[in-house]
Amino acid sequence: MPFPLTETMHQVMTPEGKIIGEVPLLSAEQLIKLYRWMVLGRAFSDRMVALQRQGRMGTFSALNGQEATSVGLAAPLQQKDWLAGSYREILSYLVKGVPMQAIMKLYRGYVSDDYSAEAHCLPIQIVLATQLPHMVGIAMALKYDRQPQVAVGVCGDGATSEGDFNEALNFAGVFKAPVVFVVQNNGWAISVPRSKQTAAQYIAHRGPAFGMPGYLVDGNDLFAVYKVVCDCVERARAGEGPALIEAITYRLGAHTTADDPKRYRPASDLTEWGKRDPILRFRAFLFDQHILSEKDNDVLHEEVTTEIEQAINRLEALPPQDCAQVYDLVYSELTPQLKAQRAQIMRELGRE
Amino acid sequence: MPRWTMIEALNNALALELEHDRRVLIFGEDVGKNGGVFRVTEGLQNRFGEERVFDTPLAESAIIGTAIGIAVYGLRPIAEIQFAGFSLLAFNQIVSQAAHMRSRSGGLYTVPLVIRAVFGGNVRSHEMHSDNIEGLFMHTPGIKIVIPSNPYDAKGLLHAAIADPDPVLLLEHMRLYRSFRQEVPAEYYTVPIGKAVVVHEGSDVTVIAYGAMVAVALEAAKQLESSDEASVEVVELRTIAPMDEQTIADSVNKTGRAVVVHEAARTGGVGAEIVAVINQHCLYALLKPVERVTSPDTPFPIPTVEDLLIPTPGRVVNAIRRTLEA
Repeated sequence: MPFPLTETMHQVMTPEGKIIGEVPLLSAEQLIKLYRWMVLGRAFSDRMVALQRQGRMGTFSALNGQEATSVGLAAPLQQKDWLAGSYREILSYLVKGVPMQAIMKLYRGYVSDDYSAEAHCLPIQIVLATQLPHMVGIAMALKYDRQPQVAVGVCGDGATSEGDFNEALNFAGVFKAPVVFVVQNNGWAISVPRSKQTAAQYIAHRGPAFGMPGYLVDGNDLFAVYKVVCDCVERARAGEGPALIEAITYRLGAHTTADDPKRYRPASDLTEWGKRDPILRFRAFLFDQHILSEKDNDVLHEEVTTEIEQAINRLEALPPQDCAQVYDLVYSELTPQLKAQRAQIMRELGRE
Repeated sequence: MPRWTMIEALNNALALELEHDRRVLIFGEDVGKNGGVFRVTEGLQNRFGEERVFDTPLAESAIIGTAIGIAVYGLRPIAEIQFAGFSLLAFNQIVSQAAHMRSRSGGLYTVPLVIRAVFGGNVRSHEMHSDNIEGLFMHTPGIKIVIPSNPYDAKGLLHAAIADPDPVLLLEHMRLYRSFRQEVPAEYYTVPIGKAVVVHEGSDVTVIAYGAMVAVALEAAKQLESSDEASVEVVELRTIAPMDEQTIADSVNKTGRAVVVHEAARTGGVGAEIVAVINQHCLYALLKPVERVTSPDTPFPIPTVEDLLIPTPGRVVNAIRRTLEA
């Protein structure tokens, strides 16, 4: 039976904080942990932008506004599940276990060699949608190896126009691979609105086109994202194949620190989407349920700030990047050419 | 010892790999039931099952993209691109992903991937099917490129490529697939990647070639030697990247003359790199400027003119003679 073209937007909590769906069964401790990740994501993003302005960090892509999707897609994953996303998914990477140091080093121009093998995340992708076939391949390998893990591939709405997005979904469908695709539809691909990426009403409809279910979810509703991702991941884990999730969210910041969104989008958008802020929405729930107090919240913010500052201090205390290292990472063994080039630069730099 | 064509030697190598290592998977377009459009994977799906040898949808980028994921996971994918000219649809996956995964992950992930693709002229194939694309990929740090000229090397290089922890592009010349047979051991053996070989010794001039041009170079050497005009040494690269500079340098320093032959277009090609190597290591031994015999800087020669424009023994002889002029 073909999968339906859904027009139902999964939502558990309205922007006003009203519960209209089934809240996932999570302990108070787990809920606080998720909230903490969201707060950390925004604080990290804001701090990285500030550091870039001070010349202490390279070009950075703020993730503000997308914390619910970022956390909601990564939190349901088990440690050995795989994840690959683009530069907008760094919060998902942190949740999945990539050390903050690894992300910071990348943006400061270091060799990004602090990814932990345990996190099972591929390097943050730059070329749009390119990571999605990789996740299908990993899912095919997991299936071949009879492993109970799944792979999750994440991209933005702009990336859905790429060939690799469509090829990845097609392969996933054909091979019934245990992979879940999450599109963070944040409305904008730099300056190009979603309406100019596709004439289709929803990206989620691409799912049924490739033989898998497609879900629409309110990407600013942590519970909704968490629930739909859980369902899709467990479905894939059970051997029932891939799924596509379109999370509707909004990029509150610029594309990167090199972008000025005032050139192309109306300020009223921000006012409108500011009302749907995912952190405020979740916090209202936590306050309302007496899971979090104002005081707890202040302490949590302080802790997060301290954690980020400590990471920055460690980063800035690092010795300069060793230029010899870049030669060593190209092949498993230095080729004669690289060996000679490396030796020459060492001589020229007086570092023999 | 069996006498095999290159296709049979490759097929034997793939079967051995599938037999001995469950991590080896083979996939691509028509490689399953059909056994590949040239029959390199003939009988493998039947023998090893659809989980190990399978057809994919027609999408080169996803073939390589999924192969990267499979390799990162720890299996040993062998992805076939039906014609090397179509590999450009997977250019990003090969160049910025497969080749750079090790660097980008700080050494955490490797891509032990073998990409097999057929190419090559003088077979009257339709456009895009013959394109020599090795030069495009040679400029990519992180990938190795091998091009065998005979069944023995094809099998040994394929085994070496599968054992290699980094991505290897194995380019198989269409004209060599069935043009001759050679004694090939049925057992496992490797031919080292990164090592060129002197296939014919000589003392007056060095001809450097690879792939189908090795036979062209050898024919030119034979002609000049039978007329007692010159003693020609022929160096076969076997590996394009990383290039064996030592073997090239040793030979040219000995002979003092060099002719570089390849089927690909000239400008910015493999030959240019070889000339740079000779310049660096052999300049003071050179008696004459290095000659290049290549196809023209046009799209790959169309069937009606390819025999005229792809290097021939006659054109190589002419080039050698130019290096011998007083």
